[in-house]
Amino acid sequence: MTRDAAPPAVEMRGITKRFGEVVANAGVDFAARSGEVHALVGENGAGKSTLMSVLTGLYRPDTGTVAIDGRPVRFRSPRDAIDAGIGMVHQHFTLVDSLTVAENVLLGRQGQGFRLDTSTVERELDALGERHGLRVDPRARIWQLSVGEQQRVEILRVLHRGARILILDEPTAVLTPREAAGLAAALRGLADEGLCVVFISHKLDEVLALADQVTVLRRGRSVGTVDAAATDRRSLARLMVGRELLPEDRRLTPTAGTPARETVLEVVGLRAEGDRGRPALDGVDLRVGAGESLGIAGVAGNGQRELAEVVTGLRRATAGRVVIGGQDLTNRSPRAVAAAGVAHIPEDRLATGLVGGLDLAANAILRGYRVRPLTRGPLLAGRAIARFTDRLLDANDVQAPGRSTPAGRLSGGNQQKLLLGRELDGRPRLVVAVHPARGVDVGATETIHRLLREQRAAGAATLLISEDLDELLALSDRIAVLFEGRVVGEVESATADHEQLGLLMAGVTGQPGTERAGFDGVPIGLAADG
Amino acid sequence: MASAIPSPRLERRAAPSAVASAVVPFVAVALALVAGGIVLWAAGEPPVAVYRAMLDGAVGSRDGVAETLVKTIPLLLAGLGVAVAFRMRLWNIGAEGQLYLGAVAASGTALYVLPDAPAAVLIPAMILAGMAGGAVWAAVPALLRARLQVNEIITSLMLNYVAILFAEYLVHGPWRDPVGFGFPGTPRFPDAAELPQWGTTRVHLGLAFGLAAAGILWLVLGRTRWGYEIAVAGTNARAARYAGLPTARNILLVMALSGALAGLAGMSEVAGIGHQLQRSFSPGYGYTAIIVAWVGRLHPGGVALVAFLLAGLLVGGDALQMELGLPAAVAPMLQGAILFFLLGGEALARYRVTWRRPTPIPGGPAPVVEPG
Ligand SMILES: Nc1ncnc2c1ncn2[C@@H]1O[C@H](COP(=O)(O)OP(=O)(O)OP(=O)(O)O)[C@@H](O)[C@H]1O
Ligand SMILES: [Mg+2]
Repeated sequence: MTRDAAPPAVEMRGITKRFGEVVANAGVDFAARSGEVHALVGENGAGKSTLMSVLTGLYRPDTGTVAIDGRPVRFRSPRDAIDAGIGMVHQHFTLVDSLTVAENVLLGRQGQGFRLDTSTVERELDALGERHGLRVDPRARIWQLSVGEQQRVEILRVLHRGARILILDEPTAVLTPREAAGLAAALRGLADEGLCVVFISHKLDEVLALADQVTVLRRGRSVGTVDAAATDRRSLARLMVGRELLPEDRRLTPTAGTPARETVLEVVGLRAEGDRGRPALDGVDLRVGAGESLGIAGVAGNGQRELAEVVTGLRRATAGRVVIGGQDLTNRSPRAVAAAGVAHIPEDRLATGLVGGLDLAANAILRGYRVRPLTRGPLLAGRAIARFTDRLLDANDVQAPGRSTPAGRLSGGNQQKLLLGRELDGRPRLVVAVHPARGVDVGATETIHRLLREQRAAGAATLLISEDLDELLALSDRIAVLFEGRVVGEVESATADHEQLGLLMAGVTGQPGTERAGFDGVPIGLAADG
Repeated sequence: MASAIPSPRLERRAAPSAVASAVVPFVAVALALVAGGIVLWAAGEPPVAVYRAMLDGAVGSRDGVAETLVKTIPLLLAGLGVAVAFRMRLWNIGAEGQLYLGAVAASGTALYVLPDAPAAVLIPAMILAGMAGGAVWAAVPALLRARLQVNEIITSLMLNYVAILFAEYLVHGPWRDPVGFGFPGTPRFPDAAELPQWGTTRVHLGLAFGLAAAGILWLVLGRTRWGYEIAVAGTNARAARYAGLPTARNILLVMALSGALAGLAGMSEVAGIGHQLQRSFSPGYGYTAIIVAWVGRLHPGGVALVAFLLAGLLVGGDALQMELGLPAAVAPMLQGAILFFLLGGEALARYRVTWRRPTPIPGGPAPVVEPG
């Protein structure tokens, strides 16, 4: 049903928003209708999050107008936007871990004059979840839920408040492919019920599959809105970047001297516990040589994060060994591991890899502040630090107002580029990269992939943990699949395909009668298609 | 249901307002004076006259200024100590106990270890002893925190009572002055143990310690590797671990420095003012230091400024007691009010007040506090 006669659910005109010197939005026009799924795309720092923050009343625009259902509105706070039926799901969730789902939804709804009690809300949430395919137990506590479930809670909370316009900032960045597919179906269902759904994404395939309309931002300006059915990846990318993108060369060229490669990382019989004390790694054996890249595939929560943490010294191994460059580094400090030449791009950049409250210079020197020329005796060498920071920002194309900006103020992709640049600076022997291109635009993904390839070509060993199979296939020589804390298969990426990896990720290893063959260290062949 | 009358509500700002943050301390002081004025007025005292008398007592005369500077010394030193710990999010509430231990160690040095040494030897030795006493006392909660994750708030607080009672035991017992006419206190220190005073005032060399400490701390926090490590650990402990910063070691070092500064405050009190160790020689300087550190934004310069202001408040309060016969409690009341308004004001720098009108949407959704 087309409703071209009705005014758009959201209409933003001439929105300008400055942060000091930075113009995050420069006269942006944006409109989205009820009943449609509208994607907002653009490079890192293009101003997507800012535009949506203006819409949700978090920022006040310097100039420009917002109309909801044709009525001009002026939001002075997020509350006004909520009252007008606008709900936003941020990339960083805002749930209270120790409370239940229903209590989180209730939170802040008190003082309304009438009381909502928990059991009513639980029933309502059950019904809402059932209806929209967003099922989650309202009695569960947040910390018990996976990231995907927590996101459903965020959406349900917004729906429960009666939102008619639903905005999601990079919702699929943290989801596994299966969860992402579930979310897509739910969003489509909501749009079919007449909601206006706006989502930000860097994954163009997903945008094309899910959205009806796509608005492209480039450097703070809107360069147009296109019909998703009438466009393709390439033209979208061209609109975003303003130039033609070279197609990524899919597979790696094998590095020379394959058989004689010196072992850089060796993991033997590694066991470790997860955050809740359950076994997360259950006897993992891996070997990565110099100039080699080993991909780790798996559905989230099968031990990938724990593997990266144990290897980099952030988590204790309960059994087994981690040997890096011939040195036994099992259960040594993160500092000892780093000193052995290990770079670590952690999963959660702002919680682990960066200090959001400190400026870019402080973040740039986090690894190197102890060594010359950044330090002189006990003193920090201010001028050298400034030079180093500027070089790092420059070389990695980090867009920032200046080196005294707090890192937390950078756009997500620029944070990632800063982190990656810092970690790869100074010839690491081993690179442990977890979701290196998460939340990063096409151009920056290209850059990040190139940087990782260069490390491999320069002789570094790479342990690449990702849920993106294309990324794994493009960047690794071999791919090991983790399932329930064990390596259930290892394949050469030159001959691997999605289907085979997908089966391994589901724990299907092909031996008849056993779902988990190979658990006793028996090497597993490529039997998945059999 | 929503009423027809607009009502105020708080909305979280996207970023703390820089302007608001800057004016908060001043507004807090102003509001505290207003609130205190209401209390005074209710008690039948003319607020303006009382404030004028306080101001006059604190800075209206040479003696007043001198007394204010005298009280600035312990607040400044202990305030710097608290600030450095708070910077790393180590909630050292034990400055009072550390101050007592510093005083005890310095007194012991003067009376029993080096009673015959010349000033050039004795005073440095007392400084070292005082700082070491405070540092050791602070190292206890630090060790428990670094090794066993024991919350340092509780342990450092409890140790205050231990330290105060220990000093009391000494002055009533083994260190008691045999010719003290029953006053609990040690014998008077040898002359060589007295910090030089400025002219005829009681302002003593401790002021130089305080200012030097503020300057050094400012350099250490802003310019050194160690200061950088404290900033990182105090802002994102997880990132500090990730980057391999020596967190356990820094907890010990920072707490020891924190305690050492409080200990130096104790030393300079006994060597500069009391010239003996007396029971309850500190009217809670170590607790006021927490307010000093917080209101001073954990910045050495800010701490110095606030230490002077709160010292003025104390001296002004004393003047009230002596000249107008008002209870000295006026000063702590104002102090409390300042802290109260400051914390409230900081929240307001992060939130803004808007006026809520009736919801325009039929069956409108409920208000929600924007979480975290
Ligand atoms: N609170 C802020 N203070 C200062 N600058 C900001 C702030 N928020 C955003 N910016 C700047 O505005 C620009 C646009 O940021 P925004 O977060 O909207 O980008 P984005 O399109 O969401 O990017 P990404 O895809 O990387 O998340 C960036 O240059 C960013 O550094
Ligand atoms: Mg963004």
